[in-house]
Amino acid sequence: MQPFIVHTGRVAALHRANVDTDQIIPKQFLKRIERTGFGPSLFFDWRYRADGSPDPDFELNRPEAQGASILLAGENFGCGSSREHAPWALADYGFRAIIAPSFADIFHGNCCQNGLLPVTLPEKAVRELVRRYEAAADGYELTVDLMTTTVRDARGFEAAFEIAAYRRDMLLQGLDEIGRTLRYEPAIEAFERART
Amino acid sequence: MRTLFDKVWDAHVVHQDESGPALLYVDLHLVHEVTSPQAFQGLRLAGRRVRRPDLTLATVDHNVPTGDRRLPIADEVAALQLSTLVDNAREAGIELHDLDSPDQGIVHVIGPELGVTRPGSVIVCGDSHTSTHGAFGALAFGIGTSEVEHVLATQCVVQSRPRTMEVRFTGRPGRGVGAKDLILALIRRIGTAGGTGYVLEYTGEAIRALSMEGRMTICNMSIEAGARAGMIAPDETTFEFLASRPRSPRGEGWTRAVEEWRGLASDAGARYDRSIVIDADTLGPQVTWGTSPGMTAEITERVPDPADATSDAERQSYRRALEYMDLRPGTPLEGLPVDRVFLGSCTNGRVGDLREAADVVRGRRVASGVRAMVVPGSRRVKAAAEAEGLDRIFTEAGFEWRNPGCSMCLGMNEDILSPGERCASTSNRNFEGRQGRGGRTHLMSPAMAAAAAIEGCLVDVRTVARG
Ligand code: SF4
Repeated sequence: MQPFIVHTGRVAALHRANVDTDQIIPKQFLKRIERTGFGPSLFFDWRYRADGSPDPDFELNRPEAQGASILLAGENFGCGSSREHAPWALADYGFRAIIAPSFADIFHGNCCQNGLLPVTLPEKAVRELVRRYEAAADGYELTVDLMTTTVRDARGFEAAFEIAAYRRDMLLQGLDEIGRTLRYEPAIEAFERART
Repeated sequence: MRTLFDKVWDAHVVHQDESGPALLYVDLHLVHEVTSPQAFQGLRLAGRRVRRPDLTLATVDHNVPTGDRRLPIADEVAALQLSTLVDNAREAGIELHDLDSPDQGIVHVIGPELGVTRPGSVIVCGDSHTSTHGAFGALAFGIGTSEVEHVLATQCVVQSRPRTMEVRFTGRPGRGVGAKDLILALIRRIGTAGGTGYVLEYTGEAIRALSMEGRMTICNMSIEAGARAGMIAPDETTFEFLASRPRSPRGEGWTRAVEEWRGLASDAGARYDRSIVIDADTLGPQVTWGTSPGMTAEITERVPDPADATSDAERQSYRRALEYMDLRPGTPLEGLPVDRVFLGSCTNGRVGDLREAADVVRGRRVASGVRAMVVPGSRRVKAAAEAEGLDRIFTEAGFEWRNPGCSMCLGMNEDILSPGERCASTSNRNFEGRQGRGGRTHLMSPAMAAAAAIEGCLVDVRTVARG
């Protein structure tokens, strides 16, 4: 997994509540057996019109959102199915971090497994970031720093976020969770022996 | 004094990090074709093996055609995904129920019916509706594909301890109100993120009175409230259900198991982090009007007005939902015409659900212009329903009687809504495009969906005489 330490990048905003994983990556794209190549299908039903052309009204299609690697989102982002295709698609599209007031449980874990940092900030702070993004006509940049667990911009915005220490370590080091668990192999064996 | 959740959790901790997550042992790992190929591939790349193929069970469900099974699968990408699971299962020595197996079906339907879903166990699957199995007093939750790989390699899952919430349904629901209505009412009440970070334990008279199938419907949709899992303490109803299952323990082993399972119930006075109470006897049949399972109302209510929303965010999502659903505020829900009816899914695709619907359908005809289909949850469900003659009740009424799979619950196969079509569905998600791009889904109970098929519109099942 690609480690996440600090990232500065352009911002896009999709400030809607309860964006579900069916929207992030619709089911017709779940048939692939690879982890890659989902980016073009991200938000498919919202991003493209029925004739296949990009819908200019969709938030990610706006000129100022082009090249974005940080997504501002609404509450309960990623609710619904457990499909890890959702973070794969977001990462494949180019996102490295998502900032939202809250995330659905399984989605949050899936993001961490893929080096896509879920940043939880209070609703008020997210709204302020969306305001700044919208005010900056030619694009808006943020820095997400996992070392100091802060989000900041060049114009004085700074907010701290919380993330479980375990998640933070894994992300900072780009650790493979399986490798980590296998260190407890003797404990797993002992557990299995005790049950039989 | 411990809760049901505490007891199951504590019995499965292999290792506990100081103030970090726990390593939990997994008793049963269910696998299906959509969320597993990348996990097997990951194992292969790392040179790892499946640790306990004997505790792993695979089936095909999400992506399978529900029409004529003798025909080759038309969709090549889907066919590759299915054959990949066949290859992976064979290589790892995992039991697989593919299209030819008499036990094939939706993963959350076959676990319980085979008797591999057991009280007190930890069950995971790369699928959010794994919460279904909590109906047996198991701790069962959905995981992502990276975690599927992790479980395959280690038979363990890394979890931070969730909080607990008691959801007590008091009283007895009235006629025409069942498990689906209870759970929809709960989600309306606490919202789709109301259960985030919690495991819900359902208690109370209305839960005790439910069949195992009803309990599974409730636990199934716990995830729709954002919860990690839902659980119900095992009791005589549970034991009776399990006694006749092919994989249940027998003889001495059964007696010992039941003894152990009896001890799982939450101790009197055990503490939950949060508790809520819902009076089941005040509820009517529920139906969703919007694009999230929390957007629920009683069938006798009207489409809400965004102007009455309690916050800006809510107003915005109401507006969006009404636009997508093509509904105007103040329109009575009863009488909304439907184009399609879907009976099935892991929420309501079991034989009891089909019986409930057949009771409404018997001797009647599907309204003209409505396309209605029944997709049994498994081959076993299908066979049992046919043995009772339920298939004839449906087909004589004009329903399609199809082969088991997830089907129009998520529309990965050809069973999808066309843009603009309105569907009465017994599934669990009414998200935009869930059943097909531009399709409009109303979630409800099997009896309500059956009534909608007959009347051609949403209707209060209590006012429809039984056949
Ligand atoms: S029936 Fe629907 S919810 Fe259930 S496992 Fe299949 S797709 Fe998921």
